[in-house]
Amino acid sequence: MSPLLFWVFVAIMLFFGGMVVLNRNPVASALSLVVSFLALAALYVSLDAYFIGVIQILVYAGAVMVLFLFIIMLLDLKAESRRRLNFPATCGGFLVIFLFVTVVADVSHRFEGGNAKFQAISQGPQGDVWHVGMVLFQHFNIALQVVGTLILVASIGVVILSKRELK
Amino acid sequence: MVTLNDYLIASGLLFAIGFAGVLLRRNVIIIFMALELMLNAANLSLIGFSRYNVHDGLPDYNGQVLAFFIITVAAAEVTVGLAIIVALFRAKQTTHVEDITTLKF
Repeated sequence: MSPLLFWVFVAIMLFFGGMVVLNRNPVASALSLVVSFLALAALYVSLDAYFIGVIQILVYAGAVMVLFLFIIMLLDLKAESRRRLNFPATCGGFLVIFLFVTVVADVSHRFEGGNAKFQAISQGPQGDVWHVGMVLFQHFNIALQVVGTLILVASIGVVILSKRELK
Repeated sequence: MVTLNDYLIASGLLFAIGFAGVLLRRNVIIIFMALELMLNAANLSLIGFSRYNVHDGLPDYNGQVLAFFIITVAAAEVTVGLAIIVALFRAKQTTHVEDITTLKF
């Protein structure tokens, strides 16, 4: 991917990620998050992770964000009024964020290997999904079953949680 | 030329935005979305490292599989979390964290 496209997608991702936080209206926040996830999927594709990019669009930008929008509209949330910020918590939070970004920038700056060009890859005629599937079903089969059980438990939990009267 | 460090910095900035959202916003649903941003920032760096670590002309697929698992668990987490938010809204008629102080010591 050309550097120009990379920075364009990074800018879209960060701008709309910021809009998620800054928007007062929850629906606008959710839609900004969808755009941010789409740009993120483009970054995945630029890293030759086509399967994860497609999953990102289908699962995140599709299913999960529709669920978010559904709940926001179901609860009929209005744009929230401005409330006074908890000043010490905000200052401390920004200090932590500043330190975090500084550490990431410093580590990347010193990490010489990270400035090298990505090595060329050839995924062969099978393509990306085949390789991901082989690793997933051969080396991580147990984990895959566990995650499937987790989703089953989660859906049962949701049914119980959304009953009118908890007993 | 785009390098691994560029991806790592983009991922770090996205994580910082998500963290700021968790700190600054008081609406539970927005806090939840900011959590999703942080999970996705972690995924971006995982995919970046996966692409960086090339063996025999193939990227390291373990990283991509871990990102796949994170996406799956995040989807399960969103369903349960939103169900909790709906139950909370039924009980308290609010999604504002400062109005929910039942567990406050």
